[in-house]
Amino acid sequence: MSAETVASAKPEAPAPRGERFWRMPILVWLAAGFLVLVAVIATFAQVLMPYGYEDTNLLFRLKPPFWSSLSIEGHVLGTDKLGRDLLSRLLVATQVSIALALLGTLIGAVLGTVLGVLAAHYGRLVDEIVMMLVDWQAAMPFLIIALAVLAFFGNNFYLFLALMGLAGWETYARLTRGLVLSAKEQGYAVAVRALGARPWRLYVRHILPNVIGPLIVQLTLNFPQTILLETSLSFLGLGIQPPLTSLGQMLGEGRDYLLTSWWLAVIPGAVIFITTLSMSLFGDWLRTRLDPTQR
Amino acid sequence: MNGTSHEPAPILRVQGLAKRFPMPRERLFGPRPMLTAVADVSFDLTAGETLAVVGESGCGKSTVGNLVLNLLAPSAGAIAFEGEDLSHANAARWRARRRDLQLIFQDSRGALDPRLTIDRQVAEGLDIHRIGAPSDRLEKARQMLDSVGLGGHLMGRYPHELSGGQQQRAVIARALVLEPKLVVCDEPVAALDVSVQAQVVNLLQDLQRTYGLTYLFISHDLSVVRHVADRVAVMYLGRFVEVASRDALFSQPAHPYSRALIGAVPAARSRHGRRVQPVALHGEPPSPLFPPQGCALNPRCPFATDQCRQERPDLRPLPGGGFVACHHVENLL
Ligand SMILES: Nc1ncnc2c1ncn2[C@@H]1O[C@H](COP(=O)(O)OP(=O)(O)OP(=O)(O)O)[C@@H](O)[C@H]1O
Ligand code: SF4
Ligand SMILES: [Mg+2]
Repeated sequence: MSAETVASAKPEAPAPRGERFWRMPILVWLAAGFLVLVAVIATFAQVLMPYGYEDTNLLFRLKPPFWSSLSIEGHVLGTDKLGRDLLSRLLVATQVSIALALLGTLIGAVLGTVLGVLAAHYGRLVDEIVMMLVDWQAAMPFLIIALAVLAFFGNNFYLFLALMGLAGWETYARLTRGLVLSAKEQGYAVAVRALGARPWRLYVRHILPNVIGPLIVQLTLNFPQTILLETSLSFLGLGIQPPLTSLGQMLGEGRDYLLTSWWLAVIPGAVIFITTLSMSLFGDWLRTRLDPTQR
Repeated sequence: MNGTSHEPAPILRVQGLAKRFPMPRERLFGPRPMLTAVADVSFDLTAGETLAVVGESGCGKSTVGNLVLNLLAPSAGAIAFEGEDLSHANAARWRARRRDLQLIFQDSRGALDPRLTIDRQVAEGLDIHRIGAPSDRLEKARQMLDSVGLGGHLMGRYPHELSGGQQQRAVIARALVLEPKLVVCDEPVAALDVSVQAQVVNLLQDLQRTYGLTYLFISHDLSVVRHVADRVAVMYLGRFVEVASRDALFSQPAHPYSRALIGAVPAARSRHGRRVQPVALHGEPPSPLFPPQGCALNPRCPFATDQCRQERPDLRPLPGGGFVACHHVENLL
């Protein structure tokens, strides 16, 4: 995609693909719109929230959202068991979950891409070791590993982040390795080598820009999984710890009140569901747009 | 090999070059078949000359070019450039030498990075070898592009915005901006329209005169070879079977394979004034996985004898100049 975007920035470029790019199905438009909303919330949660997300008010505990006759002024989505404003908590939780998933996805993407390039460049032993780790990782039920690690070492923000990064690296490694192996055989790669370039120049300046498209698609497909991992672990009480909150943690707290105050769990649950669904829809669409074999 | 004492020292000397590719096993735990793409190739290049390598598809021409440039690691043999033995040179030494040893590709579109404008790609070699001040490099690249006929607005374009001939000009500019001494041209015009071929061939010849370039010119197109070559090496199944001056080869091809390749060249007459009989070969070339014993041509050669089926002929000098690998060449002329 980006080559065409770059090319169409030039005045004499041929038929710009940018126009067709905007012809998305309505569902993808909705998904993209929701993702923009989530991005705005994640960026400006502190500005948007009406109350402090930790501010308790024991006089107004477990108040229902605006549609109920029992709702109270100012708490649009009601309050939780400590009388904290649900909307404010939801905004902060979205911010925390998105930020964690973004960091985790990026860590995994960078790690996987680097290992994939190393495997493709060195081949032989390096390749075999990397691919062995990839297979090992792919065969492991990662959630269980993460649970065991967190239970054993105790909860720690950086450990949690590292686990999120490790969750999806193997897909990037496998993808990058294949892409680089085939790109290395392309004439331009041989040409750059024949010019006398060092390997880093070949990879950074030529091969990576040429294979970045599929990697970005993989990023969008991997992102929802990372959100789900974060929310699952936080739901189980092994992720984000109070007083900080996240979507999964809110869901976990709300679970105890499912019969009496169902919105405490359902609202964060719905945010998780719609966010991951939107991301998957958008990523799928992006993949079919960028992959010539699927067009 | 063909350098005698009164000739200047060769710019490139290649001795006993060979390349074997391991092929996939046919059976699990079976032996690994080896494909011999190039075997025992030796030649010298004198500065400023053009040696053409001809032969049919798959005979190993490109492999020879890639071995000379160390884009493939040789299985055997030695390469000396300007007297420096490069057979044991490390990667860094080779990178430095690439300034003098350049390559022009057949597939010019594939040889250009689709995501960079051509002036940037031409300037890249200057960046790599730190030639000139960084701020002057783009300008120098543009001058080079201008001198290969890609002036003005074409310079800032992406490869897909150029025609095949323009792409090949960009590839030529990228190689020549480094002011190399030896250029391997691997079928430089084969992918181009016939009308454009002549322009690019003429450009290559002009550039050779301007910069004093030495060409290793790989081609299967004999009319192009006849136009550009000083000497011609004929390849069959990974080996040089004849090396001769262009005029000698085209008027008096000596090896049966050369005679078949050059065919019924009307002017072809033997040294005794007799017309050289065109040679008709039987069948197809064998797979390089299973080369025949003895002379590689023997299953197809009408002159083959028992000796040909057992002993491999060496490339040896002919009295009238040139080198031929055939047991019976004297009797055939
Ligand atoms: N990387 C490789 N791995 C295995 N076999 C190879 C490889 N490269 C070339 N070969 C084989 O080596 C032989 C010579 O190939 P080469 O490309 O040098 O031929 P060529 O004379 O340039 O042919 P063409 O005119 O079609 O370009 C062929 O049989 C080819 O299949
Ligand atoms: S050596 Fe024998 S088989 Fe080979 S080309 Fe000469 S005559 Fe033919
Ligand atoms: Mg070839």
